[in-house]
Amino acid sequence: MLELQNVSFSVETDGVKKDIIRGVSLRIGEPFVAVTGPNGSGKSTLAKLIAGIYQPTGGKILLDGEDITNASITDRARLGITFAFQQPVRFKGLTVSDLITLASGRKLSVADVCTYLSEVGLCAREYVDREINASLSGGELKRIEIAMAMARGTKLTLFDEPEAGIDLWSFGNLISVFEKMHEKKGGSIIIISHQERILNIADRIIVLAGGEVKEDGTKDEILPSLLTKGTCAALASKL
Amino acid sequence: MAFDKIQTNLLREIAGFEAVPEGAYNIRADGASIGRKTTEHIDIVTKQDKPGIDIYVAPGTKGERIDIPVLVTASGLKDLVYNDFYIGEGADVLIVAGCGIHNAGDGDAEHDGIHSFHLAKGARLKYIEKHYGEGDGKGGKILNPTTVIEIAEDGYMEMDTAQIKGVDSTVRKTQATLGDRATLIIHEKIMTHGTQTATTDFSVDLNGVDAGAHVVSRSVAADDSHQLFISNVNGNNRSSGHTECDAIIMDHGSVSAVPKVSANHVEASLIHEAAIGKIAGEQLVKLMTLGLTEKEAEEQIVSGFLK
Repeated sequence: MLELQNVSFSVETDGVKKDIIRGVSLRIGEPFVAVTGPNGSGKSTLAKLIAGIYQPTGGKILLDGEDITNASITDRARLGITFAFQQPVRFKGLTVSDLITLASGRKLSVADVCTYLSEVGLCAREYVDREINASLSGGELKRIEIAMAMARGTKLTLFDEPEAGIDLWSFGNLISVFEKMHEKKGGSIIIISHQERILNIADRIIVLAGGEVKEDGTKDEILPSLLTKGTCAALASKL
Repeated sequence: MAFDKIQTNLLREIAGFEAVPEGAYNIRADGASIGRKTTEHIDIVTKQDKPGIDIYVAPGTKGERIDIPVLVTASGLKDLVYNDFYIGEGADVLIVAGCGIHNAGDGDAEHDGIHSFHLAKGARLKYIEKHYGEGDGKGGKILNPTTVIEIAEDGYMEMDTAQIKGVDSTVRKTQATLGDRATLIIHEKIMTHGTQTATTDFSVDLNGVDAGAHVVSRSVAADDSHQLFISNVNGNNRSSGHTECDAIIMDHGSVSAVPKVSANHVEASLIHEAAIGKIAGEQLVKLMTLGLTEKEAEEQIVSGFLK
């Protein structure tokens, strides 16, 4: 169970204070939770606050009742929070196998690494020894990022726009990856997304706007109004 | 031939073996040859006019390995050696060289190796060279390798050099001349700590038609160490040349890259890339989200970079 108590985050640029997140309070325990909202609504910032990459300027964050507001990124990772980046990071010299092994936190055989890669639709043998560098496409990096989240298998996983750069072919796979992760480990998967097909599998949808929770409810409560209001319709219609 | 503990450790670091290797070898310790073996196709002969050896690989020799490690364990020793390698036409071999210094005394220990490679027509060579220093004496551990490479037509040489630990001062010079369709690939890895300094200076003449050279240097300068990367590639014919200096600086380390590419022929195509900077913050953050501490993340990034 993840709990945010009146969490806020602001930055100061040129002496002007700007509120990015304004007093967000949430209790999240459902298997699939989608966070959506317009660009600039604070979705990614919220995920980074949960992962510890940003420190909130106000409020508290609790994981299973434990106050983790001031815990480091490393501590939160070890407590069971995983964060799959929107824009995966490249590493000269580290291979796909290195990163998946680090993510799993144990010694993995080539076969183990291949299993994770196959789940995200990458022809495994070809990728194991590839460096995480500019030779990989954005879509490939994104899938490796998702394979790393699977390898971690923690009780709370945050995905920041996992669909970006993933083609239509693998879209169904992406959803089955989420389902498998949940089957294996339970816990919660929080997915930041604009994608109707992802919102459609969510048990709960949280809509952020201007750094605040605008709407929060089940898929059936939220999705119809989102689509008619056009928040997601413009994007959904592209698929 | 038996090795003492210090020699065994140095051999493991630079050559990856602890006992007498199979195949041809020459082991030099503190200025003298302490063991040598030749094979049907590989001859090793002591030079008469100066310290060093001549290594002859017969034409057509395939798949053999030659080990020529150098060990320096005496403080205050300055060792200078000339090794000449003649790789016969159509041969395809592996040479593993390296120098390990263990200096527990207060005098400097220095090894200057001048290696000259002569590759005949169509010869292929993989050359691996590792430099390593250890010992807690006040004396410096100094290595100044010079490598001279001549590749005849259709020849191919790949050189992997690494200096990861413990060498206080190094000036590495590599000069190469390539004939028609000859190829040279160099991968260099250097890591410096403390107040160490390393200079690496490549000079490549692409003289033959369709000659190609690819020089990649990856380095890490930590603490107060300094590194200087110099490259000078001359495209004197229809040829291609690529040099790359990729460096991570940490603490107060510094790196300078001085590339020079000269196209002296209208169909010479030369590229130089240099990138120097600290470890990207997002790389550290990503590894920390996998549960590594900042220090562990840094070690992973550096060891991957120098792998």
